[in-house]
Amino acid sequence: MRLTKTLMATTALTVAAGMVHAQDMADELTIVSWGGAYSNSQQKAYHEPYMANNPGVSIINDESAAEAVAKLRAMNEAGNVTWDVVDVTAADSIRLCDEGLAMEIDFDEMLAAAPDGTSATEDFGSTIINDCAIPLIVFSTTFGYRTDLVGDTPPTSVCDVFDTEAYPGKRSLEKRPIGNMEWALMCDGVPKAEIYDVLETAEGQEQALAKLDTIKDDVIWWNAGADTPQLLADGEIVMGSTYNGRLFSVIEEQDQPVAMLWDGQMFDLDVFIIPTGLTPERQARAMDYVKFATDTQRLADQAAYISYGPARASSAPLVGKHAELGIDMAQHMPTDPANATNVFNFNYEFWADYRDDIDAKFQAWLVR
Amino acid sequence: MSDTQTASSSAAAARISDAAHTGPMLAADGTPLKKSLNRALRVQKMRALALIAPLLIFVMVTFIAPIADMLFRSVENQIVSDTLPRTTESLADWDAEGTEVPGEPVFEALYDDIFFAQEAKLHTRLGGRLNYELTGMSSLFRKSGRRVEDMGEVYQDQFEDLSDFWKTGENWTSVMASDDWLTRIQAWDGEGRQPRFELRDGIEGLLPATAETYVRFADFIQNEDGDNLYTEDPWAIVYSSLHEDLTGANDLASYTGPGASELKVAAAAAATFETVNFSQAFEEIDKDWHALDVWQTIKVYSPDYTSGYFLNAVDMQKSIDGPEMRPENQQIYGILFWRTMVMSVAITLSCIVLGYPVAWILANLPTRQANLLLILVLLPFWTSLLVRTSAWKVMLQQQGVINDTLVWLGIVATDDRLALINNQTGTIIAMTHILLPFMILPMYSVMQTIQPTYLRAAKSLGATNWTAFWRVYFPQSIPGIGAGSILVFILAIGYYITPEIVGGTSGTFISNRIAFHISSSLNWGLGAALGAILLAAVLILYWAYDRIVGIDNVKLG
Repeated sequence: MRLTKTLMATTALTVAAGMVHAQDMADELTIVSWGGAYSNSQQKAYHEPYMANNPGVSIINDESAAEAVAKLRAMNEAGNVTWDVVDVTAADSIRLCDEGLAMEIDFDEMLAAAPDGTSATEDFGSTIINDCAIPLIVFSTTFGYRTDLVGDTPPTSVCDVFDTEAYPGKRSLEKRPIGNMEWALMCDGVPKAEIYDVLETAEGQEQALAKLDTIKDDVIWWNAGADTPQLLADGEIVMGSTYNGRLFSVIEEQDQPVAMLWDGQMFDLDVFIIPTGLTPERQARAMDYVKFATDTQRLADQAAYISYGPARASSAPLVGKHAELGIDMAQHMPTDPANATNVFNFNYEFWADYRDDIDAKFQAWLVR
Repeated sequence: MSDTQTASSSAAAARISDAAHTGPMLAADGTPLKKSLNRALRVQKMRALALIAPLLIFVMVTFIAPIADMLFRSVENQIVSDTLPRTTESLADWDAEGTEVPGEPVFEALYDDIFFAQEAKLHTRLGGRLNYELTGMSSLFRKSGRRVEDMGEVYQDQFEDLSDFWKTGENWTSVMASDDWLTRIQAWDGEGRQPRFELRDGIEGLLPATAETYVRFADFIQNEDGDNLYTEDPWAIVYSSLHEDLTGANDLASYTGPGASELKVAAAAAATFETVNFSQAFEEIDKDWHALDVWQTIKVYSPDYTSGYFLNAVDMQKSIDGPEMRPENQQIYGILFWRTMVMSVAITLSCIVLGYPVAWILANLPTRQANLLLILVLLPFWTSLLVRTSAWKVMLQQQGVINDTLVWLGIVATDDRLALINNQTGTIIAMTHILLPFMILPMYSVMQTIQPTYLRAAKSLGATNWTAFWRVYFPQSIPGIGAGSILVFILAIGYYITPEIVGGTSGTFISNRIAFHISSSLNWGLGAALGAILLAAVLILYWAYDRIVGIDNVKLG
């Protein structure tokens, strides 16, 4: 404790001392993200224009976002934070903010306003979920199905996942309670508005697990976002959940006989956080980068490379065509009105509290 | 031994007969022989130590220290008493088994603790810690941290309404700080170290609570925020403490220092101030603050060290009545430990069965062919573990190579393909393949040393092939099996990535759960406790192996 205090004190002092020369910025920037098509979209939409505007700055890409929270905690304990900007999901940003590992952001002060002058806070609107997270994109976890394996009547509802008579075969679900519990309750007849109230109770959790139990033998559980696309492409499963951008690439880029099932999709966010404990020069550079990368145009540009919706309201009208395929991207966004008829907003607050408890029950149910 | 040493020791030997009568034996240079020998030995030992020092330091830093740290984390629980020092102290008198929530003094201490914790952003971290034990603690602390400031502002507003004097930081420092410090802070140019805050003489006796709170506030502003304390307006909690001092017994009447008149006015008014009932105020933030289990959890986890993580790791939990089993629908670790053991044994056995003939062939082929075959054994070693595991995925899945072949051969109906992956079968197949070299290599090197003449001798004495093998060859190869089995078993027990990819739900190991707690749930204490149990299990098995088979019966070559 004493050591941490001294460390915090020294960082605070250096921060204070550095404020005098706030203009000094580091030339190197380590940005942590998820890899694959997603990192590529950020490279094209954020990194390249930023480096073009700031010659001499180099950006290092790190792809360990999946373990970001644990790694940041370890770095913080060791007193050597090597990351400057980190892309994490909303739930992780809450943990990082709670643990004091992410810097608090003054949104209107530190981020760009919309072109028409709307303040950043207003432009981001409800996508601002805590004091540390700078929203980037809205993505959804939703289902895709094999068009050639579902017979003549393709599934139209998320509840078809639970219907093994009409759609026999394996399905894939993520190996964690989040999302699955909500879908199970919804398909067990709980009205959407009451789902989290029911899930708070032990009986509600049992009810959800009992519903999942009906398809347990038919489920392949995935850990990585790439699992479901591979299983779909190989015909191992008839339907499975994953991030909508992954399904877009299976369907549009790889031309597999797969279609989207938007019903019951679960909205989530990807956000940037800036770790605490950076030197003033690095912090200044990180803030400068983040301000640029999250302005209206950059967020809209990203949608040309991947089918995730920009978090700013002002970016939506600017979303154009896919950079290589030339198809109109708006209709592939999870936020598109036609796709968003039946949507879940992932309840971060609920899961921050109930994650440990429900996860223990869920995992115990899995091994039984 | 060097020549000079030999010379000196022979000289010493020569002297033995002379010295026998005159006292202790002396070396050539006149020092007692014992001393001289000891010195020579010590130098040699030091030299040996210096030679192994790089390895020793490496092992200490990268292996022993992390294990010690892990063991420590599995019982360490200082976060509760560090973040809520006053609350845990005042909770000591509270009857946790009763039906009453703690009284006002505890809530006042809680206000104090949470106020400082939220300034340092530590309250949410504690909430996360306690949420492992009781659902809802995370948001309870987050919410309380956000609103605890409002509680103190009740007093702050009233003092500020009373007189503008209480609004500015300068006035506060003029009352609280020593004149010497005030001169130095005013001379401070903002560069270098800020003069460390000093209390005015006598203020501690006059306003004890205020002085204490102000010192903590000053410490935080100077050391953690790095702001200039001189102009910093105090936090709301300082006003609460001032109210406490002014309404209690004090000898303000005789005080003549700075701010004396304002203090006297405030003291007169403070008696009529609107007061805060902290117990009620916390209940208004969240009714859970008046729930018994919240306080029981805080009390149970207030010691600096806890057995809670270990209990959790064996499907038990700490409660106010002592350890108890978890509800059945949350029991998982017992099953996983047992499964890890059983499957590791299965993998070890299948490695023995598959590896033995291969090692035998390797040992009995001419060197050229043996080396070629050995490369085939080692080839998988040089391929990435992930690649090998993913390859098994392609092989074993229902639309995979093996099932396709079986269907094509007509052995299996197309609707009835074998489930070879995402279950225990998958884990055993893939891990047997991956760990096989660890079994074959020690077996091979032991079998190489077995003289073929023994077998021939046995046969010439009339043994059948089987008897010759079973009674002569096999017993000699056991040290190789032992070494291979220990290697494979211990590697298997801690394996993580392969079960994660091919194990599904029934083929995962305890290590997958440890990884989950380290990287995902961030419950490092529980992860550490599970790891410590696994380590203990391996040591016990190793000890048992030594007792039953004998560890000197293990040979790597």
